[in-house]
Amino acid sequence: MNFWRGIIAILRKDVLTELRSKETVSTLSVFALLVVVIFNFAFELRVDNVRQIAPGVLWVALAFAGVLAFNRSFLLEREGGCMEGLRLMPMERSVIYVGKLLANILFMLLAEAIILPIFAALFDVPILNAALWMVIVLGTIGFAAAGTLFAAMAVNTRAREVMLPILLFPIAVPVLIASTKSTAQILDGQPLFEIYAWIRLLLAFDVIFIVLALLSFEHVLEE
Amino acid sequence: MGKVKENSWQLLIAMTALSITISLYLIFLYVPSERIMGIVQRIFYFHVPSAWVGFLAFFVAFLCGIRYLARREARWDAVGNASIEIGVLFSTIVLVSGSIWARPVWNTWWTWDPRLTTTLVMWLYYVASLLLRQMVEDKERKARFSAVLSIVGFINVPVVFLAIRLWRTIHPVLFTTEGAAIEPSMLLTLLSSLLSFTLLYFCLLLIRVGLASLEDELNNLKLLSTLHRPEGVE
Repeated sequence: MNFWRGIIAILRKDVLTELRSKETVSTLSVFALLVVVIFNFAFELRVDNVRQIAPGVLWVALAFAGVLAFNRSFLLEREGGCMEGLRLMPMERSVIYVGKLLANILFMLLAEAIILPIFAALFDVPILNAALWMVIVLGTIGFAAAGTLFAAMAVNTRAREVMLPILLFPIAVPVLIASTKSTAQILDGQPLFEIYAWIRLLLAFDVIFIVLALLSFEHVLEE
Repeated sequence: MGKVKENSWQLLIAMTALSITISLYLIFLYVPSERIMGIVQRIFYFHVPSAWVGFLAFFVAFLCGIRYLARREARWDAVGNASIEIGVLFSTIVLVSGSIWARPVWNTWWTWDPRLTTTLVMWLYYVASLLLRQMVEDKERKARFSAVLSIVGFINVPVVFLAIRLWRTIHPVLFTTEGAAIEPSMLLTLLSSLLSFTLLYFCLLLIRVGLASLEDELNNLKLLSTLHRPEGVE
């Protein structure tokens, strides 16, 4: 029980910080939207059917925004020695990971809820689809699971936030591919059992990343 | 270095040299040219063993990572790091030799095929993990991060290996559960080449680990010399 109380305490702290500053979610959604708009400019001249590139644009925007979120969540802890405070918690280090992961997933989902309708309008795609939401949630979980682990490492390097995308994108490629492919298939209106293979891959990587991160996080944070 | 260690090291070098000589003979003089692809197909005997050594090196790094986190002995970090460096080297050879082979056979240097893409992604990840090592000052933290990265990064390897078995791809599958789909003389040459590359990997690994311990010693000496410098002398 102690485990969950610790997680909820960290989640509550992050949500409280966010409610007071409202910085993360707003920056994320504006940034993701900017990426979508830039892609629109970049592709409109060359692609006949803009709808074809919509899934790719969506996931690149989410991935870029995610990197901002994960970096921010650990850079904030560096200020004022917050990380030392967290380390002093008489609990396993994986509690910090799960708390941070949940906060990151929450912030990303909030940002996605803001940009998805705008994205739908810009690319003229239907988004009122439970399968699509499931893919977005699963993709976000997998991406955040790897991102939260790597961000904790990246902020402790000389290059700080620069290191995170370089490490995260290669490792998260299976998640991004599976998310993009299944989003494309859903938008094309294919039946659910055709998309199932990708969703299964997505689930598998969500589990792998979370388990690996839980096992190794204590070694990342110890000083 | 002890006498026994010295002897086995010389034996390894000799075996590697012998094996490479035999492989070169098999590749360039013994084995017949492939009927359709011609002489360029001989790149196969470098391409496949390099890929194997890449996988092996990342696997060794994965094991060293686990070992380091469990035991916290600096030498496991040295071995793991050496292995990743060699793995990156041989993955680079895979990508380059594959491109050279693909140009006449597939009529392109590069195609976004699952096998090629996953290999490139794996290469990028390990290059990034070497970069991260450079960005961390503290030795102990550097070793810890490296260990975690080599453990997490190893999930790349089965993805690359299974890419041609799971998805539709133009990259051929060589080894299946029914055996190798290849002519006997070619199989012999390939096996000899695999052995040579594996021995070469262990030679490089030992040399690199030795170099790392020399680097360590040098850094310690430098540190000592700055500590013991008399006042006022630059």
